[in-house]
Amino acid sequence: MERLQRHQVQTRRRFLSESACGLGMTALSTLLAKDAPAATAPPRPLAARPSHFPARARNVIFLFMAGAPSHLDLFDPKPRLRELHGQPVPPSFLEGLPDPVIKASARVMNTPRTFTRHGRCGMEFSDYLPHLAGCADDLCMVRSLWTTSANHDPGQLLMNCGTVQFGHPAMGAWVAYGLGSAADDLPAFVVMLSNSGLGLDGGAALWSSGFLPSVYRGVTLRSQGDPILHLSSPEGVTRPMQQARIETLRDLNRLRQDETGDAEIASRMEAYELAFRMQVSAPELMDLSRETEPTRRAYGLDREKTRWFGTHCLLARRMVERGVRFVQLYHTTWDDHSDLNRRLQTNCEMTDQPAAALLQDLKQRGLLDDTLVIWGGEFGRTPMNEFRRGVNPGKEGRDHHPYGFTMLLAGGGIPGGRVLGATDDLGYHAVSDRIHVHDLQATLLHLLGLDHTRLTYRHQGRDFRLTDVGGRVVEGLLRA
Amino acid sequence: MSSGDLWIGETGVRMAKCPCRAWIALGVVAAAMAVPGAAQRDVAARLPGTPASHWAFRPIRRSPHPRTPAGNPSHAREQVVPHPISRAPAGLPARASGHPVDRFVAARLAREGLTLSPPADRATLIRRVTLDLIGLPPTPAEVEAFLHDVRQDAYERVVDRLLASPHYGERWARPWLDLCHYADSDGYLTDQLRPHAWRYRQWVVDALNRDLPFDQFTLRQLAGDLLPHATLDDQTGTGFLRQTLSNREGGADLEEYRVEQVADRVAMVGATWLGLTVGCARCHDHKYDPISQREYYALYAYFDSTEEVNVDAPLADEGELYRAALPDYRRKRAEILAPVRDLAAALQARWEERLREAADHPGRDATWDRQWEVLGLVWGGNQGEGQLEGCALVQTPPGERTPDEAARLQDYFLKHGALTDPEAFRRGALAEVSKKLEELRKALPKVSRVPVVRGGRRPRPTRIHVRGDFRTPGDPVQAGTPRCLPPPPPGAPRDRLTLARWLVAPENPLTARVVVNRAWQELFGRGLVATSEDFGVRGDRPTHPELLDWLAAVFSSPAISPATGRAAPSPPTDRSEEPRARARPPGSVDSSTTQLPCALGWSFKRLHRLLVTSAAYRQSSRLRPELARRDPQNRLLARQASLRLSAEGIRDATLAVSGLLNPRVGGPSVFPPQPESVVKEGYENHWPTSSGPDRYRRGLYTWQQRLSPYAQNVLFDAPDLSRICTRRTRSNSSLQALTLLNDGVYFEAARALGARLLREAPGAPGVRLEHAFRLCLGRPPRPAERERLLAYLGRHAALLNENPAAIEKWCAPGVPPDQRHEAAIWAGAGSVLLNLHEFITRD
Repeated sequence: MERLQRHQVQTRRRFLSESACGLGMTALSTLLAKDAPAATAPPRPLAARPSHFPARARNVIFLFMAGAPSHLDLFDPKPRLRELHGQPVPPSFLEGLPDPVIKASARVMNTPRTFTRHGRCGMEFSDYLPHLAGCADDLCMVRSLWTTSANHDPGQLLMNCGTVQFGHPAMGAWVAYGLGSAADDLPAFVVMLSNSGLGLDGGAALWSSGFLPSVYRGVTLRSQGDPILHLSSPEGVTRPMQQARIETLRDLNRLRQDETGDAEIASRMEAYELAFRMQVSAPELMDLSRETEPTRRAYGLDREKTRWFGTHCLLARRMVERGVRFVQLYHTTWDDHSDLNRRLQTNCEMTDQPAAALLQDLKQRGLLDDTLVIWGGEFGRTPMNEFRRGVNPGKEGRDHHPYGFTMLLAGGGIPGGRVLGATDDLGYHAVSDRIHVHDLQATLLHLLGLDHTRLTYRHQGRDFRLTDVGGRVVEGLLRA
Repeated sequence: MSSGDLWIGETGVRMAKCPCRAWIALGVVAAAMAVPGAAQRDVAARLPGTPASHWAFRPIRRSPHPRTPAGNPSHAREQVVPHPISRAPAGLPARASGHPVDRFVAARLAREGLTLSPPADRATLIRRVTLDLIGLPPTPAEVEAFLHDVRQDAYERVVDRLLASPHYGERWARPWLDLCHYADSDGYLTDQLRPHAWRYRQWVVDALNRDLPFDQFTLRQLAGDLLPHATLDDQTGTGFLRQTLSNREGGADLEEYRVEQVADRVAMVGATWLGLTVGCARCHDHKYDPISQREYYALYAYFDSTEEVNVDAPLADEGELYRAALPDYRRKRAEILAPVRDLAAALQARWEERLREAADHPGRDATWDRQWEVLGLVWGGNQGEGQLEGCALVQTPPGERTPDEAARLQDYFLKHGALTDPEAFRRGALAEVSKKLEELRKALPKVSRVPVVRGGRRPRPTRIHVRGDFRTPGDPVQAGTPRCLPPPPPGAPRDRLTLARWLVAPENPLTARVVVNRAWQELFGRGLVATSEDFGVRGDRPTHPELLDWLAAVFSSPAISPATGRAAPSPPTDRSEEPRARARPPGSVDSSTTQLPCALGWSFKRLHRLLVTSAAYRQSSRLRPELARRDPQNRLLARQASLRLSAEGIRDATLAVSGLLNPRVGGPSVFPPQPESVVKEGYENHWPTSSGPDRYRRGLYTWQQRLSPYAQNVLFDAPDLSRICTRRTRSNSSLQALTLLNDGVYFEAARALGARLLREAPGAPGVRLEHAFRLCLGRPPRPAERERLLAYLGRHAALLNENPAAIEKWCAPGVPPDQRHEAAIWAGAGSVLLNLHEFITRD
């Protein structure tokens, strides 16, 4: 083992010296050049790279609430809903909207939830989110998000990959491409899925590397079974056996490299060594037994309902501690077309406490300053009711709604205790400080020290970027 | 244009502000912002690098190849010196300098004062050409035979053997299927299954194996249904156009996603034949290439009326049973329907009436809007049927429906149409009738159906989508081709067949260049035009323009008849000649291709043969330090390339050398084992893991589920299954390492290889090790390698002794008890070899 470690050092040195010349340097300088229109993959794709300008945040934890939680029942109280309950939506709200989104049968639906003010800032939350409400002073609540797709799949793609089309890199992939990895023995971009039993609408496309090299793809980390695909050695392969395999491979590969001079062989060797290290570091990451009992309780690991999401939230903190740049957690059951009241309660009960515990834990450990935490889904839900399976009083739901919705942001240089933006008095359209998904993405990259217009990749004759052809950094998010 | 608010409706399409600055710099921004359809030609003509001057739009130069470079007479002779490693007695490169391809490459190198690298040694060469032509490594016997073949044409014989192999079609189908993003599922949220999609894949493999000339290959895939007397085989080719996605998510706008399919088809044609990113002109005139938005919609119009349908296509073992059962089935069906015939007919007429009203006047009645939508969403779901066929049938007068169409629509109505008049439905017990019909249908022997396209019964007038939004139709447009390219013959019908013929017409400057470039890319690791997807103004320039043109010219020229030495009749552009009559049987590629003049008659096999017999192809891939600075990307081709195998290639090679490979060619997709957790990533958790020999099929046959693709494919850079891909990337990651080390599929192969070594190479460890190297790498071990591996075997054996329970895990099943320990040891050697960089690389 000692021999292996010594070799690792040597390999890294060798890499550094190799990448300092020739092709390597050219590509790297292209990537970093101020006005470089585009770049190709750098020679050591996961080596840490400097940002475009000083960063406020080092890491991102995106708690993605897939299916789209209702902003009207959680974050954005609208007394007008009560006034208009049971009536058609006043036509003034619908001017210029295309038809597929509005169903003729839809009527305005009040929320049965009660909203109260929290924290010194007095931020309003519904009674379904008592724990997050307790973090009000650390949160920036953005009530004026809007998006351009009302279907899950394209909506989730837009939020994660900046386009409604398949085959584009996810945010985390862009970030890994731009900044490389800060973790020695873990991936740069990690995804964790909820165990709701339902798959995710956008599927693996949501953490795809798209046209970027596949090394930037999100690695799905599972809290049951093998945390990383094929992390465990096969049954019967002991650690010494694995080590013997890897050492032999390294020596044979090096003989080949000496013969051919092919630098690709060196990076293959490095990949094997990282794999070997991950076989230790990932299980260590997953081992929560060293966490204190109060911490485990805070995340809700002691209760069936919160255990799954709580485990993921706790793992997210542990990954950030270990240098993982972009952690994305999925909770996938927010698509409440019917029986919204009850289902919303369940989802909130599963996620509220763990998410709040994550914020508090990060803050307590001094990690919140350079970790941006985002909570939200792909769009919001209609101010109108919906009956998916026949009229069933008390079991109404809400439909998909792209024109205005809410997300929560915390840490990473975003001042808390603020509400930014507003929707109209039905919660229909975002009307002030409107923030498009691309604006959110531009701002996220900005916080990481990346200029969204310069982080580009040449593909099929065009320089692509996360924000497609839009996006602006939202100054209002950066300053209190 | 500076605000970020140029959003367009709900499609999420935003008017690309692309690099407007470039336009301003060119002084044409005003024209660029003109109303779609306004005179854009002038703009194009004024842009530098557009049709008048851009190389790719100029006619292909059919010039003779250059002579051996003057002033460097020693150049050609240099290559004759056998490489020291080569054990080959035969003068491999003796005729290489006369090879037309080499004259171009050498001339270019000579300008830089460089020469080709020495030839690769024979062992490397046969591994290279075997992996390149059939996607599998050579067997030790094949390598041995080649090493000892002293005949002058030993190499050409190997090439001809490989071109005749049925595995050739499998290997070359893969990049073709990347172009149309072939998959076995719908994509989008519900990602439903397409159990018959493989029939198109099969068609591609067969077409490549029988060397269907590329012009015919093109006609069948874009317009097989429109050929005179189109056969089922011709129609099956149109499966190319059926690889678009289908959105069956509740609430999805039917027209929106139909439009997406049409746009996808236009993009496929652009990338596959024209090498142009035509999709850029969907919302606005192309910012770089001379394609206006109007011209985009003219291409779009060729596909706008195309409909997706499936047709009966019984497999060999299905046809007879099915046909025999059919009369009885029809009689019973009529019997079941007889008592309710009039009632059902009257109700169905009303049902159709309501649906048509909803289709024509959306927003009037939410219930029937929804019924119409559901018809489009559920029709033929999980069977891969065209989802809009039901809608199209409702809009087709009953008299024009085929009996089969009428029956299927009736089935749907009886099952889903109760809303028309619930009381009458109950009275007639139509739900029971529907159930009986369903049971009857189930009892009918299964018949496979292939996905094809056909021209719609009702031509759909195409209009420009203003800013790319189909909800804001602009000017009407007729089908037509971009003005920067020579037009189709005047008076030709404006249909897909004309488009297909236009693509392969001798005047088209793009198709032949684009296609030979991709062949070059597959064999040299990089195209003569590196951006194989983009031959437009923004794409890379060819490194060897004369070579590209010469190849394009000979590829697309009518084949020379070996008998007469004269050109064979020009390729038919319709079915006046049977394609099979023109298709050559495997292996019949004549060897005249290295003589001049070459004319390949659109034959892929001849093209591949031409390329792999060049000295440029056969040269060593070793790095040359003196080139590292001058030509780090090897654009000048002073050496061959070392290329990591594809995702499928790694699987295939591993299975082949371990002896597990099931070499069966063709058939439905299979489900090799993969972790449960991967399957759960998608919405449709469908992965019935194959058992028996189907576990060991080539990677080409692995089921392609769009939302949760096979994990190993994703990790090794197989492209996104929803996106056109003309060239794959080759990455190198630790997750790949974990897969090759730990994935059960690969560990099983290592164990099988251990057992195979025991079986095939009894005796001293050194002998066995040599066999292992020959199997995996096509060469014997060097002394240092032998020593290192023997040391490993000692260590591994000791570790197994410490942990006897592990022996069973390392030993393959079926090994006799007295050999299990030995097999477990050799499985260790197997696992090391299968993980070597050299093993997953083609040098």
